[in-house]
Amino acid sequence: MKLSFYGGVHPDERKDATCGKAVEPLRKAPAQVVMSMSMHLGAPCAPVVQVGDTVTVGQKIAAPTGLGAPIHASVSGKVVAIEPRPYCGGGMMNSVVIENDFQNTFGSELTPHPDYEKLTPDQIVEIVREGGLTGMGGAGFPTHVKISSGLGKVDTVIVNAAECEPYITADHRLMLEQGERIIEGLKILMHTFGLQKGYIAIEDNKPDAIEHMKGLAKDGIEVVACRTRYPQGAEKQLIQRITGREVPPGGLPAHVGCAVFNAGTTAAVYDAVVKGIPLTQRIVTLTGGALKEPRNVLVPFGTPMSHLVEEAGGFKEEPDRILVGGPMMGIALYDLNACTIKGNNALLCMTKGEAAEHVETPTCIRCGKCVNVCPMHLTPVYMHLYAEKRMWDEAEAMHVGDCIECGSCNYICPARVPLVQSFRMAKFEIRTLAMKRKAEAEKEAKKA
Amino acid sequence: MIDTKNLKLTVASSPHVCSPVNTRRLMLDVLISLLPALCMAVYVFGPRALTLTAVSVLGCEFFEWGYRKLLKKPCSNGDLSAAVTGVLLAFVCPVTLPYWVLLIGDFFAIVVVKQLFGGLGQNFMNPALAGRAFLMMSYPVAMTTWVRPGVENWAGVFSAADATTGATPMASLHAHLDVASGLKVHTLPEDGLANLFVGNVGGCVGEVSALLLLLGGIYLIWRGVIRFRIPVAYLGTVAVLCFLFPQGGIDRVDWMLYNLCGGGLMLGAFFMATDYVTSPVTKLGEIYFGIGCGLLTIFIRYFGGYAEGVSYAILIMNICVWLLDKAGKPARFGVTKEMKAKAKAAKKEG
Repeated sequence: MKLSFYGGVHPDERKDATCGKAVEPLRKAPAQVVMSMSMHLGAPCAPVVQVGDTVTVGQKIAAPTGLGAPIHASVSGKVVAIEPRPYCGGGMMNSVVIENDFQNTFGSELTPHPDYEKLTPDQIVEIVREGGLTGMGGAGFPTHVKISSGLGKVDTVIVNAAECEPYITADHRLMLEQGERIIEGLKILMHTFGLQKGYIAIEDNKPDAIEHMKGLAKDGIEVVACRTRYPQGAEKQLIQRITGREVPPGGLPAHVGCAVFNAGTTAAVYDAVVKGIPLTQRIVTLTGGALKEPRNVLVPFGTPMSHLVEEAGGFKEEPDRILVGGPMMGIALYDLNACTIKGNNALLCMTKGEAAEHVETPTCIRCGKCVNVCPMHLTPVYMHLYAEKRMWDEAEAMHVGDCIECGSCNYICPARVPLVQSFRMAKFEIRTLAMKRKAEAEKEAKKA
Repeated sequence: MIDTKNLKLTVASSPHVCSPVNTRRLMLDVLISLLPALCMAVYVFGPRALTLTAVSVLGCEFFEWGYRKLLKKPCSNGDLSAAVTGVLLAFVCPVTLPYWVLLIGDFFAIVVVKQLFGGLGQNFMNPALAGRAFLMMSYPVAMTTWVRPGVENWAGVFSAADATTGATPMASLHAHLDVASGLKVHTLPEDGLANLFVGNVGGCVGEVSALLLLLGGIYLIWRGVIRFRIPVAYLGTVAVLCFLFPQGGIDRVDWMLYNLCGGGLMLGAFFMATDYVTSPVTKLGEIYFGIGCGLLTIFIRYFGGYAEGVSYAILIMNICVWLLDKAGKPARFGVTKEMKAKAKAAKKEG
């Protein structure tokens, strides 16, 4: 068993502002929630309600059209609009706008199954799908797909509670306050895969959480303290850390017999299966030097970011950038009307002093630090060289497609070269080029 | 009051934080690590070592500024890389070198080797070493006039005419003609190993003290500025080769230690071979590079006309960096040996 993965960096953790603060409900519930139809990886959902409909908390309001998971109302009230609204991933996205009646009337189609041991794996997959579960660590991969694609192949199930991104303390607080939900959720997943053993991986900068979870762990569940090293919580690196296996290029964790679930997702599995509650809210860390009152709050999906800023007491300093997610992989917002989705673990308002230094014309000095920190064994310096010169085939030969965009190379770069941005562009161009070539080849074939 | 309605937000690609170490900080660390060796140089060769280094630094910074000003490029003096080149070039010249010769070397290093190829990060040879090689060809006598260490060197700040000249330890180690017998011989230097290690010997300004250069190198490794692979592979190769093939009937351990401490080896291994721009970035590439430097150094020292082989060894290896990085490309994540074999077989069939 390997003790670590290769490379990685250790940015300033900056978790002190919120790691001691208990999760609280919002002081003022949002008057309106904007349920974006894309809360997950895959195709956007299609609304199944109409303007004027009255909805209850947990009522299904949208169904997936391809890869995806259904979306449930996070407040009770009336649907007042179905239209494109600002999206936290940038641009606009079709959204169902619900006016809150502040009654919190609950109504769900799911039935509680306290005796989940009697359920078959397929039944559990069905419940998880109907519960609208997606990965809550950021990427938002539909959980039911993860489970069903791993059935019969998975021999190791891992709960990802590493929380390696700086600033964020949502999973940390979840473990301390509701660790039982994670344990029960993991037991359900172990039952689904027919396994006797499960792992909970936590970075060792959270000794209290490790202690607490070790106290709760039972029935073949092992709590693993991992070295604090970003990106410990990246799926491939976590699998490498726990099992020593490497997920092949383009492969899924199931290819090496692993399934990794975020701590929040695991707790949501418990809620959906045992209690019959679909996923409608999550813990969000409101933090950053620009906020007056950093805290952890329980947020119904669809709550506007501007409302969350108010919940944290507003700004005490002019924010330089506002991010959804952590500082290493988070997305910079330009419109605070964007709304919370399932993968938003944090709203981070950074001051100029906290944010990365900007260099007008970055000059690579070939120091090679990027190569030494890349957890995917890539050579970012050469990938960037090719991408900069638009030599896409050469960039592809350097396996730029393997890049997980963790940002370690970009973080360590003394010249401040925007490496990740350049790789994102290279990936996009390579995809476009491949599609173009395919179309041309088909045309040729037709001619012949 | 903060206007929350009209926030001026930065929208950038992730990551949104960066390490506190930037290029300037790295270069500053290199300069700091060279300070002990500079102090030793002043002690051994007198104040002229200091003025020579200062002139070289100012010269390099001036040429860097002038070139970029002339071509209307953004000023790059702030990154301190020209200062590092200045110190290093002064370090590989004899203390008696006229200032104007040194300035010609500075010009060649900064303008021809570095800026003409596109500035920082683009040169394919170490500027300081290329500058030295240029001066060796153009002013061979001035570049090989050595002074003996001693207090008398303190007399002349601006001229070094009073200093006693003499052979360097490397010259006696190198095959030379013995007047009495008329044969080529190798002799151990009179200075003794302790003096050689501490630096109380003749030689180039900054190369004399193996001890202080080693300290500077360890500081750089500890600070994460350089990685250990190149110096370790370089020094290791030299040590092994010297141990296996001692020359002139000298005891193999003595021969090895004198060769390790003598000449520019320590300066080369820690400060020249590890130059970012002209060394490989991959793990394996770095090891190949170090071994290559070691092999060539010994090759030149044993069979070459020069007593010293470090600078040419590194310059030759500089040209191979691209190749070495290709050879040292890290194994792809998630690809096992079986998968590789399978892919190869499929390729053969196809």
